Amino acid sequence: MSDKIKHYYNQLMTFLGQGKNPYYASGGLIVLGFLLVYLNPRSIPSFLVFMFAASTIYWLPMKPAIRLAFAVAVAVVLVPILGARNVFYLEVIFQIAVFSALALGLNIVVGFSGLLNFGYMAFYAVGAYLWAFFGSQQPYLLHSTVTTKALNTPFFLAPDWFYLFIFIGVIVTCIVGLVLGLPVLRVRGDYLAIITLAFGEIVRQLFNNMDKPLNFTNGPQGITPIQRPTMPEGVLKLFNGVVRPLVGHRVTDDQAYNILFYLIALLVVVAVIVVTYRLDDSKVGRAWTAIREDELSAGAMGINANKLKLGAFAVGASFAGAMGVLFAASRTFVSPETFTFLQSVMVLTMVILGGIGSITGVVVGATLVTLLNIQVLQSFSLYLSQLRQSDAVIPLLNWHWSHLSNQLDPSKYQRLIFGILLVVMMIYRPTGLFPESRRKRDLGPGDADQTPIGEGADHV
Amino acid sequence: MSDDKFILTAQGVVKRFGGLTAVNNMSVAIERGRIFSIIGPNGAGKTTFFNAISGLYHCDEGAIEFEGRRIERLHPYQITALHMARTFQNIRLFGGMTVVENIMVGAYTRLKQMPWQAVFRSKPFKDEEARAQNRAQELMEYVGLRDVGNELARNLPYGAQRRVEIARALASQPKLLLLDEPAAGMNPAESEDAMQLFRRIRDQLGITILLIEHDMKVVMNISEHIYVMDHGEQIAAGSPQEISTNTQVIEAYLGKGAAAALSA
Repeated sequence: MSDKIKHYYNQLMTFLGQGKNPYYASGGLIVLGFLLVYLNPRSIPSFLVFMFAASTIYWLPMKPAIRLAFAVAVAVVLVPILGARNVFYLEVIFQIAVFSALALGLNIVVGFSGLLNFGYMAFYAVGAYLWAFFGSQQPYLLHSTVTTKALNTPFFLAPDWFYLFIFIGVIVTCIVGLVLGLPVLRVRGDYLAIITLAFGEIVRQLFNNMDKPLNFTNGPQGITPIQRPTMPEGVLKLFNGVVRPLVGHRVTDDQAYNILFYLIALLVVVAVIVVTYRLDDSKVGRAWTAIREDELSAGAMGINANKLKLGAFAVGASFAGAMGVLFAASRTFVSPETFTFLQSVMVLTMVILGGIGSITGVVVGATLVTLLNIQVLQSFSLYLSQLRQSDAVIPLLNWHWSHLSNQLDPSKYQRLIFGILLVVMMIYRPTGLFPESRRKRDLGPGDADQTPIGEGADHV
Repeated sequence: MSDDKFILTAQGVVKRFGGLTAVNNMSVAIERGRIFSIIGPNGAGKTTFFNAISGLYHCDEGAIEFEGRRIERLHPYQITALHMARTFQNIRLFGGMTVVENIMVGAYTRLKQMPWQAVFRSKPFKDEEARAQNRAQELMEYVGLRDVGNELARNLPYGAQRRVEIARALASQPKLLLLDEPAAGMNPAESEDAMQLFRRIRDQLGITILLIEHDMKVVMNISEHIYVMDHGEQIAAGSPQEISTNTQVIEAYLGKGAAAALSA
């Protein structure tokens, strides 16, 4: 049976790989997905079809230039239009982008360098609070208590400092990463996990309690409002002018901001992917992997493991920092609640689920977990509660849906489901959905007449 | 005492682990451009002495000088930068990396690139990477491996892994190469190959070799000078001929009775 499926699958893949087929297949699927979502803005299956269609751009064989054109068309044209019709999707994709960047950053530490880090959210928090503080009225409210807040306090910086603060966020979290790295270098394995876990909690508690003596963070209440960058002139005009008939309704300011943040997040993620990919394929990336594989041997090869571990912490942290700044601006609200240990674990889950050390895998992991988290489970909960309120009956059993317990709420089972998922993954696919595979290098004529590996090595 | 003749000298090196003195007052002087060996029964302290030289352990007493520089307090990565490389007794390749990547890691200290150059893919970076990859391939072929560049190191057969380890060490452009039991687990034909490789490394690349070896055929065949260790101390030193007739050495390996029987 499974052989048959494999056979058909292989046939399908070879068919899709021939000539212009991949372009037709991918383009067709994308148009289909787009139409489905366009016509049923609230339907989750159609959204999943669209996501799948978008993924074909990545895995079907195409010429790089056409692949890029497809990707840009989907990311910059189709998604914003769909998003303008139903902002919820932009929110989902925005979250996917944020968590992809976080997971990629964590992947440098955990995946490339093999250093377990349970406190990764701390860096995200630092980035978020950085803009939350400077991008709000908070600097003028240092001496006020949490509850009193003069409404006419001016903002500290102009909104467009936001763009600069993405870079400042990178630098600041880099430094925080280095500072955390220093004590962490002395320990390995389990001990490292515990220290980073503690660090994550320390940072959260710090933000929680920095409302006295000087009110830096406004304590558990969080900081709000935080400024968003000014909306570029063109965006609203474009959506309310040219694309208006497609969108079908007037795009409000808030919706336009969703689109803007989506685009910024997309830019950051692309930058993060490029940086990760290029670092991985360099002296530094090889050294990271060497440390992961055998630290002692790496030292004997001339690698200063401490320096590179610090570097891994700093680079990983900087990704989280950039996303933190973006997150603070997009939510206009930041509180310590967002940066719990559970969130750190969730990012770690994405890395493990997708495939430790694999860039594709990590992005897929982030996508799946985020979808499951904020879309599939929640809509399932919603569906159940609708059933509960209706007078629907399961026919033969004569069982009323209204008898369904209120406790049965899938969105609350998030942790349970992640737990089960991780256990199953560790047993059946410990290397993740898309395991890391080493880059195959073009080794010139020497390797052109590929002999099977066994023969190549047997003459030793 | 280090001068141009000696590339490495060790004076009275002592290494203790708790109450156990693993290496006791060990001194060697390795001449440039030659093949030296350290032999001795299991547990004699050979590998510990190696580790002290290559910086994995810091010795408790004594001085080690490499190319006129004191190195006994340096870290392994600093010593590698000074053009000394080593292999390990139990092969320690980066199993999850390809063969070419392993060898390129060996070249780590010789690559000048900076991380931001890698991010922006500058021309010097690309050139250097291409050179490093070519060199890795050359080294791979030099040690007698073909068509395995893209294989994961852990998937190679044992003998090939040993060769990769030597290629990786060579990639760091050493002047002194420390080999820890390079012929362990090899059959006679393989160790014959290995010996030829060591000679080539010395003759063609001008690299001084210091090796630990148990295989007496290998040791007697290629070493020009042998140090014999037992219980952490040096019990003999000399040419292969001298060593093979030294009663103390025979005693250490076979016991007093056997030595007496042989000499009788």
